[in-house]
Formats: sequence, structure tokens, C-alpha cells
Amino acid sequence: MTFEGLQRRARDEWQALSESAVPLIQVGTATCGRSAGASAVVDALREALQREATPALIMEVGCIGLCFAEPLVTIRKPGRPAVCYGHVNPERATQLVSEYLLRDNPLADWALGTVGEGRIEGIPELFETPVLRPQVRRILRNCGFIDPTNILHYVARGGYTGLVRALGMARGEIIDEIRRAGLRGRGGAGFPTWRKWQFCLEAPGEPKYVVCNADEGDPGAFMNRSLLESDPHSVLEGLLIDGYTVGAREGYIYCRAEYPLALERLHNALAQMREHGLVGENILGSGFSFDIHIKEGAGAFVCGEETALLASIEGRRGMPRPRPPFPATSGLWGKPTVINNVETLASVSLILQKGAEWFAEYGSEKSKGTKTFALVGKVKRAGLIEVPLGITLRDIVYGIGGGILGDKRFKAVQTGGPSGGCLPEALLDSPVDYESLTTAGSIMGSGGMVVMDEDTCMVDVARYFLDFTQKESCGECVPCRLGTKQMMDILTDITEGKGREGDVELLQEVALAVKKGSLCGLGQTAPNPVLTTIRYFRDEYEAHEQGRCPSKVCKALIRYRIVADKCKGCQICLRACPVGAISGERRQVHTIDAGKCIRCGVCLEVCPARFGAVECVTGQ
Amino acid sequence: MHDRIDAILSSYGRDRANLIPILQSVQAELGYLSEEAMLRIADYLGVPESQVYGVASFYAQFRFTPTGRNRIMVCRGTACHVRGAPRILDEIQQVLNIREGETTSDMEYTLETVACIGCCALSPCMMINREVYAKLTPTKVREVFSKGGQEQ
Repeated sequence: MTFEGLQRRARDEWQALSESAVPLIQVGTATCGRSAGASAVVDALREALQREATPALIMEVGCIGLCFAEPLVTIRKPGRPAVCYGHVNPERATQLVSEYLLRDNPLADWALGTVGEGRIEGIPELFETPVLRPQVRRILRNCGFIDPTNILHYVARGGYTGLVRALGMARGEIIDEIRRAGLRGRGGAGFPTWRKWQFCLEAPGEPKYVVCNADEGDPGAFMNRSLLESDPHSVLEGLLIDGYTVGAREGYIYCRAEYPLALERLHNALAQMREHGLVGENILGSGFSFDIHIKEGAGAFVCGEETALLASIEGRRGMPRPRPPFPATSGLWGKPTVINNVETLASVSLILQKGAEWFAEYGSEKSKGTKTFALVGKVKRAGLIEVPLGITLRDIVYGIGGGILGDKRFKAVQTGGPSGGCLPEALLDSPVDYESLTTAGSIMGSGGMVVMDEDTCMVDVARYFLDFTQKESCGECVPCRLGTKQMMDILTDITEGKGREGDVELLQEVALAVKKGSLCGLGQTAPNPVLTTIRYFRDEYEAHEQGRCPSKVCKALIRYRIVADKCKGCQICLRACPVGAISGERRQVHTIDAGKCIRCGVCLEVCPARFGAVECVTGQ
Repeated sequence: MHDRIDAILSSYGRDRANLIPILQSVQAELGYLSEEAMLRIADYLGVPESQVYGVASFYAQFRFTPTGRNRIMVCRGTACHVRGAPRILDEIQQVLNIREGETTSDMEYTLETVACIGCCALSPCMMINREVYAKLTPTKVREVFSKGGQEQ
């Protein structure tokens, strides 16, 4: 079949779906939806439809990004806009069928918003709600709207037209298009994508390879996972364009084994591409032949570093090597290789589909386009978001995120994962772009954004990240292997109240040495969380040195006690205490034996709110 | 055991690049990498035994001892951490009387931590086998394990 034939088939199918005479029910069943119970919701819907003998189509879609409201169900009745419902459980699902499908009561209280033409009274338009209005959905345009296991849905919405356009262009023209779009690597470092491609194109040596880095290892980040689960073809199209441009015949996708659903979707998508002649010999009759291999990672954070990733594909220990030579000249098996991040490749597809000027409409002067972020932590509306670069942190945390959980005080926002930094309230109005974040001591990173409130201890957070990087250090170079260990020991002392005067200065000194002396990005950036927390939250380090943890997190510096005139002697805490540290007769004031107490906080958690008799204290 | 390993090996070419996929398949079949399995892999690929072990021990995914019937994976991602994951891990260790990386003596549970499950909006969370337990508190942890907390 020709591409035009495929497009016609895709448009027909999509149109039939949009004009369906029976209601269409979409359920978000990406990993996050499933964790929240979406599979049980699908079962409940099927059961209810069968019981009521009412016809409807159920379609499993990816993640629209409103994770805080999972599981999500969208129902479109003929001639009506679609209605998106949040927090749907099996009981609610059953009621949606009996109330909305059968009785035409749209249950507006459960609705998050409508999508498409027309309005329904009492329900706002979804894309006009505070969580979505500031967002620009380009990379995520299909996520939550198409069936990710159906290539026709992707094609119907403009998919693979970027590839077709690229196949008719000269290689230099494609590189120029990417250059004019201003696309920079979305993996975090922000290197101009076109330049990487140019180096590889000009490098001597055959064959050449292209690699998609889907080893999304930052804890707190799931942008790539969501995109691969919800719209895998958008990434695969980018990889094809990449391969064609640099003159490669083979491409690899290196994806974490911890993402079983993303891997399943990739395998499925690849099989469909093969079926439609979009991969293999002589793609779409263009003379361009290209094959894609899917490689599963094996649980090593350092493999996100490009030379370590290549070693892993070659079947070796995933240890980085010094650069230069850069992979663009000597990569996989010593051949010229381009390595691009998942989101970078999805952006490439868009640039070729819509043009460089369209892509560069959004963004700041040096950071063009939109970027996805995983907005999580102590924020009201956690989820996957896409915003124009240059938006302020405040617009993200308070606008899209809706502010801090429980209306507590904002303390910091962490960007860039273990390689990034913690930015304080004073920097909330700085724009999110590569340069501003670097100046502030953090990095853009791949898109993790963790919000922290007054209950988060910044010294503990620094120790947490260092614990991570220290365990994940591959051990090859001394500054990273030993430096992170030394920093970890100092930080552990501080959080355990054994800090000594001069510890903070010593930490800074070691941190700078690790930054300067390490071989790869892991070590060069590992000190960032420590350095930024010292820079912006030094008072917390000083408090710890004096035996106080202001956020009451560090166990060695806190204790629990029972407030005598609030305790009713109900024995709830006494029974819940896992170590029998609480004593007291019924209706008598209880006491906690500090020697036995393991500071798990269960007593505080179970003490009824109307009593509030357990408190956590720190310091003398 | 020999047959099961050989069946896996025969589906791969004798190419060094297949080492990690072979290790993954063998572990999926046996539940862990036995010494015998690694020796056979080395022999099949013509790679020194030390290098097979070197690669296997480098990656967190590979295990060298059999695991319990149920695998508990506590997420230690950032979002989970700031929402109380350390207390969740403490509580599980307390309830099952094992440390991270250990298996209960009745082989019922193996306790592991993972970098991030990617369910950050539902933190803190853990997985038991393939099921995710979200928005945990120490009390919820006790409830899960008092009910058995495993897929049969």
C-alpha cells in the first residue's frame, strides 16, 4: 500500500470513530492509570454495559497527564462534546453508565471538563481549566486521545508525514530545518540537535548508527515513559528521520526494563511499522532502508550517559569512557553514532511535520519549543505537563500545579533529578530555560520537577540524592567513586546530629573537586543537589549542626511525645506502636519510652485529629 | 535446568552483544542467575566467565540467589521520598523482620527497593509482584501484610 492509501484508511477509521453512532468511552490505562485502578474500571464498565445491554465502544488510551485525578474516563456521546471524569472507581464507572449513558445525566460534579465542540451545563471546557490553560500540548498532543496500539490513529492525526517530507529532502536541508527550529537536546544537557547530526553526517566511517536514549533513570521523572506508552510512533518517526539524515541503516532504542508497558508498546508499534512498510527495506519506495532494534536496559542509572549506554548495547558493563572522541565520530562499535533522547526525537517528528517556524513559535530566545515535565511531590495537581520554554516556575507550581498540598508553605522546587538542584522561593519567578536554570545552579534535566514544602528537610534531600548517585556511581573514576562516598559520610553525620564545625565548607570543597574531576555527567553533576541546598538553605545545615531538624524529618534529631492535657487515654497509639514503646492505662495519660521508640511516627498518624495529643519535637 | 538454559541459548546468535538479553531471558526463566547458568552462557558465547559475571554483577537487575514467592519493590523515587518512603521501608522491614535485599526464611517475600516506579503522583508507593500499592502510610503497610498482600 502507498502512504496515501494508508492515510486514506487511517482517516476513514478515525472519522468513523469520531462520528460513531454509539458512545465512545476512553479509559487512560498507562502505567499510572493502572496503578490507580484503571483496569478494574474497564472491567466495571464492560460489566455495566453488558448488564444494561447498551452499546458503546471502550477504547484504552494513554496518559493525558492529569495523574492527580486518575483513573480517568472520557465519555463522548454522539453529537455531544466528550466529558472527562476524574477519580473514577468501579462504582462510579457503573453509575456513569446508568446515569450518563442511559439517563443523560452527565454527573457534572465528577467531571473535570469537556473536550470538543459544544458545551454541557455545569462542566467547564477541559483545556480552559487552570491545570491545562497554561499548557501547550504539542509533544503530548495525542496522549490520552489515540489508541497507542493502533498505527492508524497516529497516521490519521498527521503521523509519518514528517518522514515522508524528509524523504523528499536533501540531508543538509533537514539539518537546516532542525537548526532553524532551534531544537536542543531534551535529555537535559541542551546540546543543539542539528550540530550532533551534522558531526555524524560528516564523520568518516560506515556503517553509521542512530540510538534513542529511553533510559529514563531520574527518580521522580516519567515523561518518556508516558510518551512511549501513549504515543510510541511519534518517537519512532523521529528515529527514522534521524537515521535517514545521517545516513544510518540501523537504529536502536535503549529502554529501561523497569518500563514493561513502554517496551510492549514499542514492540507492537515496530511490528505495525513493518506491516506497513515504514521500516525495513526500501521504506515507502524511497530507496531508504532502515531497521530498528529494541534493547532493554538492566537497571543501571549511569547508562543514561551516552558512552555507557553504548557499552551496554555492546553487551559490556555500562561504564562511560572519556570523550573525545564523541560518539558522533566514534560510537557504537567504533562507528559514527547519534544518540538522541525520546522527547528530542518526538520533537523532530513535529518539526518535519509542521515546519521549523511553527516549532519555534514558542519558547525563549535560546530555548525554543515546548518541554514536558513530570510535576510531582507536595503539589496539589501532580501530573505530566507540557509548557512553552520560558514559563516561570511560579506559573508551573501555582498555576498548573494548583499550589502546595494542604496549603502548606512552599520551600523548594527540584529540577533535573540527581544532577539538578533545589531552587528556593526567591527564584520562583525565573523562567524555565536551559540558561536560567544553569545560572541558578540547577539544570533543565530531562524534566523531573519535584515540589517540596515546609515539611521537607533540605539536608535530608541532599543526602537522599547523594545516596542515589553514590550507589549508582559505576566506580570507574576516583573523584566520583570516592568523592561521593566522602560527601555522603559528611551528610550522614550532619543528619544524625554528629556534624562538626567546618563540615559545610568541607562539603563544598569536596563537591567542587568531584564536579571538576569526574569523567562523566553523573559525577560532574552529582554535587549539584548538595551545592544548591547549601547555597539557598544554609540555615538548615546550621540548625542540624546545633542538633535541630527544622522540618522534623531526620530521625536522630526528633522525638515524639504525648501532650499530657490533650491525651484521653484511648490506647489507640499504644496498640499501634510496633515496638511497644507506649505505656498507660485506659483513660490515663500515656507516655512514650524514648529509649524504645524507633521514631516511626505511627502514633502521630493514628492519634485521632480531635485529640491531636501526639507531637513531634526537635532540638533541646 | 540444562535443557531450559540450552533452549534459551539456542534462540540467540553467538554474539557478544546478546550477552545482556541472554542473561535477562535466563533470569526470567529461572528467577535468578545460577553459577551453572553463567558458566554455560560463557561457554556458548565464547566470552570469559569472569566477564559474564562482571556484566551480570554490574547491573542491578540481576540476582544470584533465588527470590521469595512474592517480590516487594519499595519505590525510593524523589516524590516518594519527600512523601515518606523511608518510613514505609522501615515499617516493612519491621513487619517482615528482614532488611532490604533479603528474603523471609519461609521464602514468602523478597524485599527490594527500586529507583522509581514512575507513579510519582501516587506516592509513596510499592509494588508487590505486578500490583502497585499507592499512597501508603505505615498503617496501610501493616494492613497489606496482615491480609497476605500477594497475588496468588
